[in-house]
Parts: sequence; structure tokens; C-alpha cells
Amino acid sequence: MKEVTTYDRVLKARDKKRPQVTDYIKELFEDFIELKGDRLSKDDESILGGIAMFHGTPVTIIGQRKGKTIEENIRFNFGMVSPEGYRKGMRLMKQAEKFNRPVITFIDTPGAYPGKEAEEHGQANAIAESMAMMSSLKVPIIVIVTGEGNSGGALALGVGDKIWMLENSIYAVLSPEGFASILWKDSSLASKASEVMKITAQELYEFGLIDDVIAEDKNMYKVIDKKLQKELKRLEKLSPAVLVENRYQKFRNIDEKKKPIKEHPSTRAIS
Amino acid sequence: MDISDIFKHRKKKLNKMMQARKKQDLDETIECKKCHGTFKKETLLKNLMVCPDCNYYFSMTPHKRIHLVADEKTFKEHLRGLKSVNPLDFPDYDEVIAKNKEKSKRDEAVCTGVMKLNGITCAVAVLDSKFMMGSMGTVVGERIVAITEVAGRKNLPLIIFSASGGARMQEGMFSLMQMAKTAAAIKKFQDNGGLYISVYTNPTTGGVSASFAAMGDILIAEPDALICFAGPRVIEQTIGEKLPEGFQHAEFLEKSGMVDMIVERTKLKETLYKLLVLHGMS
Repeated sequence: MKEVTTYDRVLKARDKKRPQVTDYIKELFEDFIELKGDRLSKDDESILGGIAMFHGTPVTIIGQRKGKTIEENIRFNFGMVSPEGYRKGMRLMKQAEKFNRPVITFIDTPGAYPGKEAEEHGQANAIAESMAMMSSLKVPIIVIVTGEGNSGGALALGVGDKIWMLENSIYAVLSPEGFASILWKDSSLASKASEVMKITAQELYEFGLIDDVIAEDKNMYKVIDKKLQKELKRLEKLSPAVLVENRYQKFRNIDEKKKPIKEHPSTRAIS
Repeated sequence: MDISDIFKHRKKKLNKMMQARKKQDLDETIECKKCHGTFKKETLLKNLMVCPDCNYYFSMTPHKRIHLVADEKTFKEHLRGLKSVNPLDFPDYDEVIAKNKEKSKRDEAVCTGVMKLNGITCAVAVLDSKFMMGSMGTVVGERIVAITEVAGRKNLPLIIFSASGGARMQEGMFSLMQMAKTAAAIKKFQDNGGLYISVYTNPTTGGVSASFAAMGDILIAEPDALICFAGPRVIEQTIGEKLPEGFQHAEFLEKSGMVDMIVERTKLKETLYKLLVLHGMS
């Protein structure tokens, strides 16, 4: 079998045929109702949000979406979120807290949108506020990185009690292209960059930065379904104060390099 | 001659030499990056690192910044011994850190501690743009969180002076996660009633502008400071057009509602003091 490079996974993570948030909603939840808009200026469609039923429990779902056709890509800005999108997310999180619904986020974005209006409308501020709100939200939050998770634009939806990554997803401080361009002034060195950046699910699991890796096989949705049920059941037993304090400590204690642990059992090479 | 006299004599000589060197240092000619005017370093220092001709704000080392706002000899540094780490075993990173330490004479890109400002005890952090562009790695994140927790425990106001290019690339996801970690700490501090004044200095961008720096109860910017998430070059590449003059600079942010005020260096201490008093501190 050919050895899988990190860049192979980067390409897989970006594959247009990869399941998107809409697919996960269809396969895992019932009665999804989309809720739109930030109540300030617009509905940023690069974020899909709403409520749905999960085995009899109402949940709030928030995720970046890239779209499947060129028309959709353009409409959803290729999954690059503007401040309005994060503010919509925050509105839905506060609502989830009010009605005591767990929040499940799906991360798949090339990064926050680096546009003129996005800056004018406070992109930095929106990302900071979103992370801060998630860190103190009094309901369970599960984060699933499904495709590309690049930069603060991904992390803005990434502060949860559990963080899971799909086997071929990536989670990175910046896209490998951007990284190579900043450090080596040459974006064509993306493949080399992806190797040193340590952005695969397996590597981040070994560092202790994420909690689990989900294999991408025919049982994928079934596995996620089981894991979600189990985790939500466990988290719902915690008092809001304990839940929030545990989440705080989870992020408080990520400053040390964790000793590599054994390879995650579900991870295998892609063919 | 007595042996102690020999030492006295030597000390005198040494002092003389040091003074001469200091004078030489002060006589050094500095060129303004903006107007290209030249002046002695002494003039610049006396003018709080602001160009006497065009009002361009030179960056300030943590040492000078603390000197500007703290009462004399009241600053006590925290977490001095924290060692830089290389969590990804990133090639050449250890050498880069060593070089930056040598060049900046500082151990990392942020200096934190407790100081008095006109008698009011405050927790303070100053980022150093001269150390790897003030980028946030695990040490910067840990120090910001630790000083925020000190402020929380001791009921102190927190003042952070930011200057940063963003996340520390060489620390990868460990660096990115510092955004969440610092944002969570500031949020907890604020939810418990803590006052956090954030001062944006030139430049505050990327992962720092999009985490703790943006979260001040009061947001102050220094004149003309560049404050943004994505840098101007990245945006110009994305939208394929040139950005207007002054876009993403302090005055623009004030107009678009992103900061409370722009404060000149000469008025910084006085303004901070007034704000502290208005929040019931004395």
C-alpha cells in the first residue's frame, strides 16, 4: 500500500464530494429546521444553523458549509465566514442555552473571510466573542471537524467539551498554502508545510489536542450517532457549573506537549 | 594603597565607561520610518518614542511601556522562568527563539506582572513586537492566562498592551489553541466582575486581535495603529483591489465603531488612571 502523505489528507479534506454539514444533518438528525440571520445586518449563508431532534432530544446545530455546486460555493462564499455568520452562530448558542439544548458544531472552512467588509464589521471581534461565549456556555458542546479546519475562522466554532475529527480532516493554524507563504514566502511549498505543521487527526490526537478520531468507512454515521448519544448522556448529567469549569480546564491545560500515546485504533491509511 | 581603594578606583572607571557608552547610545542618529527625518535617540526617548517631526509612533519595548505607565519601581514581573517549548519539534525553531532572545534581550514575546499606576495596583501584560513579531505561542498564551487569573484572584484591574503579528506559526495548533485559552480566561475574569482595559498598539493583528485583545471592557488604540484580523496584503489579494488609505488603522476603527477611543502616549497614563477611578478603584 502506498504511504499516505499529509498533503494527500489535505486534498481529501478539501474533496468536493466529501460529506458536508447538510449530509451530517440528514443522516444523524430528524426534523431539522434552519434558523437564519444575526438580527443585526444579514444572514451569512456560509454558516448553516438550526434546531433538530436527536433521539428524542432537541439540539442546536451550527456548521460551516461550502456548498456542492459552483452556484452554492459562491452563495456560501466557499465556507469562508464573515462576522455576521459568527454572530448568527452566537445568537443560536445563546438560544440553545436558554432552552437548555446541547450544541453540536461542524467545522469545515478554509478560514474566516479575509474581505474588506468582514474587517470593517469586526471579524476579529466576532471570532473572539464566539470563542469566549462557547467557553462559558452552560450547555454541552460537541465539536466535529469534518473537512478543513483552518485558523481562527475554524476555532471560532471549536470551543467544546469534546472535539472529534474525521480521519481525513485537518485542523491547522492556517492553510498549508498560507503557512508556506508566511514562513518561506512561497505558497507552492504547501505540501512540505503540511508535513511540518502536524495537522492530521492522528497527530493532533497524539498531542492530546483533540479527543477522538472517527474512521471514514461505511459505519461512519453509525459510529458518530453512537458516540454522540453516549457523550451527550454523560455531559447532561453534569451541573452547568461543573460543565463550564471542566471545559475551561480543558483549554486551560493545553500548554504542555503531551507524550505521544499509542496510535488511534480507528486510523488507517487511505488507499 | 588599600585593597578596597583599588576596587573603588576600578568601579569609578567602569562607571565612567558605562556613562560614556550610554551617552554614545543616546547620541545615535535615528531615522523615522514614516517621514525619514533624523534626530538623536535621546530626543526620541524624551518624546516617548514618537517622531518629533511627523508624530509617527515607534514601537515600545515592554520595559519602556511599563516605565511609561507604572509608578517608579513598582513593577514586579511574573512567570519569568517560563521556558519556550517546541511542541511540534519544528525545524530550526529553537535557533529562531535563541536568536530572538539575543536580539531583544527578552525571554519571550510578552512580559507580565503587577504594577502600581498612580498608586492603584494593576495586573499588566505588554506584548513585544520585537520578539518574533509578538506572535502568540504557548508561553505567551500561558502568561496572559496566568496574569488574568492573578487579576481575578486578587481583584485587580487588568491592562494588556497588545502588539502582535498573530499566531506563532512554528507552534501550529498549540498556538491556535492559545486563542481559545486566552479568550476563555478573559471571559471568566470579566464574568466575575473584573475590569479589563485592552490597549491596541501598532500592529495588533491575526490571532491576538481575534482573541484577548478584542475583548476589553474598554478598548483603547494608539494613533495610527494597524488593527486587523487579516492583513492588508491578504485582503488586497482576495478582493483584487487596493484598500483605501488608512483602512484598518486606529482612526478608521474608531469611525467603524470597533474601539472606544484613540489615546496619545502623553495622555495614556492619565487616561488609564481616570478609567480606573471611574471603576471604583483607588
